[in-house]
Amino acid sequence: MNTAATDSAVGAGASMQVWERGLRARELRDRCVEILLLAAASVAVFTTAAIVYILVTESLPFFAHVSLRDFFTDTLWTPMFDRPHFGIMPLVAGTLVTTFVALCLAIPCGTIIAIYLSEFAPYRLREFVKPALELLGAVPTVVYGYFALLVVTPFLQRFIPGLPGFNMLSAGLVIGIMIIPYVASVSEDAMRAVPNYMREGSYAMGSTRFQTATRVVVPGALSGIAAAYILGISRAVGETMVVAVAAGLQPNLTWNPLESAATITAFIVQVSLGDLPHGSVGYQSIFAAGLTLMVTTLLFNIAGYFLTRRFREVY
Amino acid sequence: MSSEVKFSGLMPASPDDSGIIPVRESGRGAVQVTVDEARRATAVSSPIKARVSGLNFYYGDFLALKNLNMEIREHQVTALIGPSGCGKSTFLRCFNRMHDLTPGTRYEGSVVLHPEDINLVARGIDPISVRMRIGMVFQKPNPFPKSIFENVAYGLRVRGLRSRVRLAEQVEQALRAAALWDEVKDRLNESGLSLSGGQQQRLCIARALATNPEVLLFDEPTSALDPIATARIEELITGLRERVTVIIVTHNMQQAARVSDFTAFMYLGELIEFDETSKIFTNPGKKATEDYITGRYG
Amino acid sequence: MAAVRAGAAELERSVQHRKLMDQLFVLVGMTVLFASLLTLALLFMKLVHDGSARFGWDFFMNFPSRNAARAGILSAWVGTCLVMLVTVAAAMPVGVAAAIYLEEYASKNWVTAVIEINVTNLAGVPSIIYGLLALGLFVYKFNLGQSIAAAGLTLALLILPIVVVATREALRAVPRAIREAAYALGATHWEVTAHHVLPYSTGGILTGMIIGLSRAIGETAPIITIGALAFIAFLPTPPISGQFPYLSFTWLTDPFTVMPIQMFNWLSRPDQAFQVNAAAAGAILLAMTLLMNGVAIYVRYRFRKRINW
Repeated sequence: MNTAATDSAVGAGASMQVWERGLRARELRDRCVEILLLAAASVAVFTTAAIVYILVTESLPFFAHVSLRDFFTDTLWTPMFDRPHFGIMPLVAGTLVTTFVALCLAIPCGTIIAIYLSEFAPYRLREFVKPALELLGAVPTVVYGYFALLVVTPFLQRFIPGLPGFNMLSAGLVIGIMIIPYVASVSEDAMRAVPNYMREGSYAMGSTRFQTATRVVVPGALSGIAAAYILGISRAVGETMVVAVAAGLQPNLTWNPLESAATITAFIVQVSLGDLPHGSVGYQSIFAAGLTLMVTTLLFNIAGYFLTRRFREVY
Repeated sequence: MSSEVKFSGLMPASPDDSGIIPVRESGRGAVQVTVDEARRATAVSSPIKARVSGLNFYYGDFLALKNLNMEIREHQVTALIGPSGCGKSTFLRCFNRMHDLTPGTRYEGSVVLHPEDINLVARGIDPISVRMRIGMVFQKPNPFPKSIFENVAYGLRVRGLRSRVRLAEQVEQALRAAALWDEVKDRLNESGLSLSGGQQQRLCIARALATNPEVLLFDEPTSALDPIATARIEELITGLRERVTVIIVTHNMQQAARVSDFTAFMYLGELIEFDETSKIFTNPGKKATEDYITGRYG
Repeated sequence: MAAVRAGAAELERSVQHRKLMDQLFVLVGMTVLFASLLTLALLFMKLVHDGSARFGWDFFMNFPSRNAARAGILSAWVGTCLVMLVTVAAAMPVGVAAAIYLEEYASKNWVTAVIEINVTNLAGVPSIIYGLLALGLFVYKFNLGQSIAAAGLTLALLILPIVVVATREALRAVPRAIREAAYALGATHWEVTAHHVLPYSTGGILTGMIIGLSRAIGETAPIITIGALAFIAFLPTPPISGQFPYLSFTWLTDPFTVMPIQMFNWLSRPDQAFQVNAAAAGAILLAMTLLMNGVAIYVRYRFRKRINW
């Protein structure tokens, strides 16, 4: 840009043309930039669309020759055998059992920790513990898998004779430990959002901290706590490596956590470890399994999202 | 703007019409106005820099400014006074189209800038063009977290000035005009945030001056500063008249009386009265103005 | 009188009882809290202890081998570095640009709402679904094959929500007053963003990127699905070659492996000796993750000191 020209244009009684001229290049550049930024932001939308598209189109051939009735009611999942069975129930059972075990640990512990941090813990303690909990959520899941297989299982085997090396109990417990920070963190946020005047009203009547926590704060934060549980469920359902390492890779329709079984996610891993030519039975089956998983977690996420919105709106 | 009611309670002006004309003591305290006849003559005869005609301003459906009409005179200081919420800052921000940053705002009427004869608030006029010619100093000093030099130079860089030598010249000029040069000339590379509040505000003034604006807007520039810093800035503003036209919003009436040549009193989005500062503070035409000035309401 | 005194005694008892409950809960709360933290600390220590037998220079510099004592993680950590390179190159520009759009440019209409909902939703999608997406899209449709490029792009998509959210928060922290000052000087929208908002939020943006990377380093499932093999006894083609033009991109399409895959593979072998290797690899992986999180926290701290609004 010609500095002499701009210097004279600046400040002098300039005409209408000069008002607009130099600006046009900058404005054009601004418009181009805005379009690029919008394109970047749309990547999120395209990713979701791509996920839906891929999952649906790659599992269509599967559902073309497996009826939905068989899919949901058959009790065997053996798509790679000569006489294949395509019942998703064994995988679903595996997922449900490990998730249930995980929740039995995570929900009580997470909630207690959340109540303690929110209502009882001194400020310094909370400031120290919260980042520590966040760090725990950052540990790679395959490391948790190691614990489940080589630490928790041998430990449990001392108390439960006959516990197989691969079992859903260890995997479930470790998943539970894994999601405790998550449940605790979201619940605690919900509880902190309860306004102080509600607590003060309770204290003013002579209630203890425990009574205030259980009678006023928890009910007040209920939708947020429910959101925490639901998001925890979603994470447990989607967990892959812990179950792949410690719960076994063989589909097994059972509700007994002391046995080994494959979850939906573990099955996908198991098939992926082998060769996966495009369009083969194995290839199609993992997409069908993936679609089931996606729908399930999507439903949980939507529920969690609306509950989170509700607790944010109420206050 | 003509006086409808002759306010009879005041002492008559002294016969020779120069020197201090005191206003009668009232609840809040007297507002003293020093009238310099020579300055007053120049003020009244200076050309019009901007003419506001029928200006309406909407926040969504809410009409915030109602049918404003007034003239801003070149190289003079015009003050906007009035109680909180009267719309003086809103009006000020119409001059440099700052409202365009908020969605849902709308202008009607015109603010015509001379000699270009362009309506600043017209839809076809790009707000960036307007801001290239009209500068603003804000209530709370807001220097960029850059060096002092870069703060002042930023406006010039945006206008395409690259030569390091020219930039240094302009920066020094601007800092001198803002009465800050002597205090910072040895530390131009230090952060702008390392200065005191009053110095930061003068830095912001230098930053605005560097780009040679035709009009400089001040939005309550001293309300966040201590009295000494305030006094320095008021002195600065009075001196700036030779370079730029000044419009200043202030909630401090004494400041308006000290610093400005013309004063506009606003209330609830309307312009109640506009006249020479001396007239407004000694002999206001409207009862509402008089009530405000004598402190009957804030 | 007696009735009142009796009433007072009962009141006192109720108070004592409730205070006991209070103290009991504090005990329970602290126990659960520290039990959780302690359990994890113990597990980590066991990991390090188990793997310590294999720590050493040769572990880092050896390829995987059928002989457990000789197997090392060379191909794994090189693969991890290369994949992270692709991930950063993809996630950083897209994530920051998307965040700038959402925070500075988007108006409150349905398009913006759709984009924001998608970003939130993607954060909750299981990582293996990303693996399936990568398999169908990158490996087959885009024909990238089972390559570093596919893995890097997949992980970039996975951590995109993290980068976007962190960047948005950093942008939001820049005060309105600074933007107004810049606009008042005649800057255009993009100039305000590029000259002021972005530079002042660098700390938060970097932090978000590092945290995203620390998550990506540990991801196993999507990489397995793409088909990373675990017995890679060679390195991908080096990016710097001896001849013109000195920069080669064949490494993007080479087969590869990454740290978590290597650990998973060793863990799945029944041979006890390999489990020691798995522990060592896991300890190193854990150390890398914690180190990156530590760096992120430090970066955030340093930048906050420099620019203190």
